[in-house]
Amino acid sequence: MNNTVSILELIKQKLNNRKLSANPLVAELQKALSRDRVLEEEEERLLHSKDESVFEGGLAGPVCFPITTDEVQAIMRIAQRHECPVVPRGAGSGLAGGAIPLGAPIVIAMTEMKKIIEVDIDNRIAWVEPGVINLELSEYLRPMGFHYAPDPSSQQICTIGGNVANNSGGPHCLAEGVTDTHVLALEVVLPGGQTAQFGGIDPEPEGLDLRGAFIGSEGTLGITTKIAVRLTPNPEAVKTILISFPTMRTAAETVSAVVADGIIPAAMEAMDQRTVEVVESHIPAGYPTDAGAVLLVEVEGLSDGVEIDAERICEIAEQHQALDIRIAQNSWQREALWKGRKSAFGASTYIAPNYYLHDTVVPRSQLADVLDQVNELAAEHDLMIMNVFHAGDGNLHPLLLFDAEEEGTIERVHKVAAEIVKISLRAGGVLSGEHGIGIEKQEFMTDLFSDEDLNHQNRLRSSFDPQCLINPGKVLPTGHSCADIQTLKEQPEGIWV
Amino acid sequence: MSGKIDDSVREFAKAIGPIGPVAVEGGKTRWNLKGLPSPQTRILNAPSGAIFHKPEEMIVVVKAGTTVAELHNHLKAQGQRTSLPDRGGTVGGAIAVGENDLNVLGKGRVRDAVLQLRYISAEGEIITCGAPVVKNVSGFNLHKLMVGAFGTLGLIAEATLRTNPIPTASKWLTASSKNPKEIFDSLYKPAAVLWDGETIWVHLEGHKPDLENQQQILSKISHFEEVEGAPGLPRYRWSLPPSDLNHVDRTDTGNFIASIGVGTLWADRPQPPKTIDPVSSEVTKTLKHQFDPVGRLNPGRKI
Repeated sequence: MNNTVSILELIKQKLNNRKLSANPLVAELQKALSRDRVLEEEEERLLHSKDESVFEGGLAGPVCFPITTDEVQAIMRIAQRHECPVVPRGAGSGLAGGAIPLGAPIVIAMTEMKKIIEVDIDNRIAWVEPGVINLELSEYLRPMGFHYAPDPSSQQICTIGGNVANNSGGPHCLAEGVTDTHVLALEVVLPGGQTAQFGGIDPEPEGLDLRGAFIGSEGTLGITTKIAVRLTPNPEAVKTILISFPTMRTAAETVSAVVADGIIPAAMEAMDQRTVEVVESHIPAGYPTDAGAVLLVEVEGLSDGVEIDAERICEIAEQHQALDIRIAQNSWQREALWKGRKSAFGASTYIAPNYYLHDTVVPRSQLADVLDQVNELAAEHDLMIMNVFHAGDGNLHPLLLFDAEEEGTIERVHKVAAEIVKISLRAGGVLSGEHGIGIEKQEFMTDLFSDEDLNHQNRLRSSFDPQCLINPGKVLPTGHSCADIQTLKEQPEGIWV
Repeated sequence: MSGKIDDSVREFAKAIGPIGPVAVEGGKTRWNLKGLPSPQTRILNAPSGAIFHKPEEMIVVVKAGTTVAELHNHLKAQGQRTSLPDRGGTVGGAIAVGENDLNVLGKGRVRDAVLQLRYISAEGEIITCGAPVVKNVSGFNLHKLMVGAFGTLGLIAEATLRTNPIPTASKWLTASSKNPKEIFDSLYKPAAVLWDGETIWVHLEGHKPDLENQQQILSKISHFEEVEGAPGLPRYRWSLPPSDLNHVDRTDTGNFIASIGVGTLWADRPQPPKTIDPVSSEVTKTLKHQFDPVGRLNPGRKI
């Protein structure tokens, strides 16, 4: 360990002993931070030009790793002086291209601001820096009797700052709500370098809900530097139920029936037969491979209520042709059942080298019909598809599997993905439930909103960032965004070096 | 596009038009907050009428002029409710003001209940924001900004709200207490815990056996008795960090009722004015100018 530290220190010293960059912008950033935390090597820029999506953007400009709010302010002031756009990013686990640089912006990687600053049990909040990993926060809080409720599937790597940008959800958001419900206050740095606090730890903070407007804005309004999250008490009891069904239709109808019956489980996750087969072949979790679909349902709360709800859910499932019902008897069995669900996306890599994970929301009552159409569409275009999704809130995640090396495949994937959006919108749904718009779906925004609606969204965006310096070219479609100015100012290749 | 726009919303937009100062009157339960509309302001009523409830989707579409009481009566027939406060007034008014219900711990916050809004802009256009589904991250959250904006950025015509099941059992209990925190900490997700410095009121909701168990826990701390409901509330509403309520100074507040674990306090005296940081204030001014360049929406109200 000591050796490792000293090697890292040596590298740091070596980097800091180097001359400042010849590029005035980079040199200024290096002076404001330190040379080892402003990187301009091509491999670093490449590394920070991608997220977990299939989308390609530009090549990142200098990559900065601030460790204080003051440093973020300094970066923003330098960016404004140089009229250079910035793109903030967390872990880069986004799936809609929201953190991909367009042109050659300054990339601000928030991953080094990763302190849990304060846990305030009296006020049931914690102040954290944006680079804190979602799962690490919950693990830190759990022995104190609390946890952080939103649990995106990427929670082992994604950051709270990224969650704020995307208003992230997760399996357990059905009962508890998504990020917006659990973030009470934000310290943000605006494009001009000013710092503000939006929201507060009191229940009805004064003024407009700038916090609410900021969360889910995909890093286009400012940069989050501190976050006050709400602590959720750990439940007294948890029951995890695995129910298998002959078809996805019967599983989906059970989901609607449970909600209509007045029960809001903590989570209701669905997997189709192909998903179950893939999971069981590679990461066995004890799922039945002969079923058309399975539901993983979790209820939590006080002991008696959990028993009552679990029993009623099982009754409803039986009324909807459930083939088999298994209730985890201990924490080990519960973890095994969740392991299957959480490993589903990873397991897909055993059957195809590439995947495109889609994300739309439809009314619950439309789930079965929409999935039928999506499956037919994939078959028509000769694409393999797995469906594993948050059935409780109608949040679909069709996973298209393919080999990008095969000629014409990517084009087919994008065509099917576009069609899935249209099917979901026709069913009364929306473009995204938790991945965001990014660059993936911005051109579909006109299918969901009128020109007047989009004009008002742009008024919101412009109020925070009139010069459109932060994450330009995202969310709003061409012709509806202040970012259109940025596309006109596209920087010639290599101008930043 | 996000669903069909109702004729009553179109008529409301026409009535608002693009010119002249205008405000919307609901139940006038909070009419004086943030200042009165200037004298020449036209005062209109938002549309009311049909309520579209989809219990299996946990949503309801309701016009802004509908009273919260009417909405909740309608939903009750299907065993559901919303987070809007049961304190009189209209749906539009409740959203524009943004105050949470007394039972916010059980019912949730108003801002979390609003899924979609149709509002009329300063130009007289119908704007739709959010979407009629329980989970959505498609575009900017204008609907969040409208909650608590007092109709200064747009005039609310219609809302789609998240509904929730009404718990199967409910019980109000009271006891004398000097230590509200101990009582709050002993409970798992109570709907409300109110305290006036001497007496505590606890509202439990959920399944009956759970309520009985929670009541047993309470009985080990103090002698609780069942009561009909919440105590009467003093006039002025305060918003404080929850921990500030464990030791309230009556010389500041007069008589008070504190919502433990929440931070709301009702008092005989008004809360001293709170300040907003200058940067947030500047962003607010810019937003107001962007959404209402000539200042015709609710002129006189200061946000």
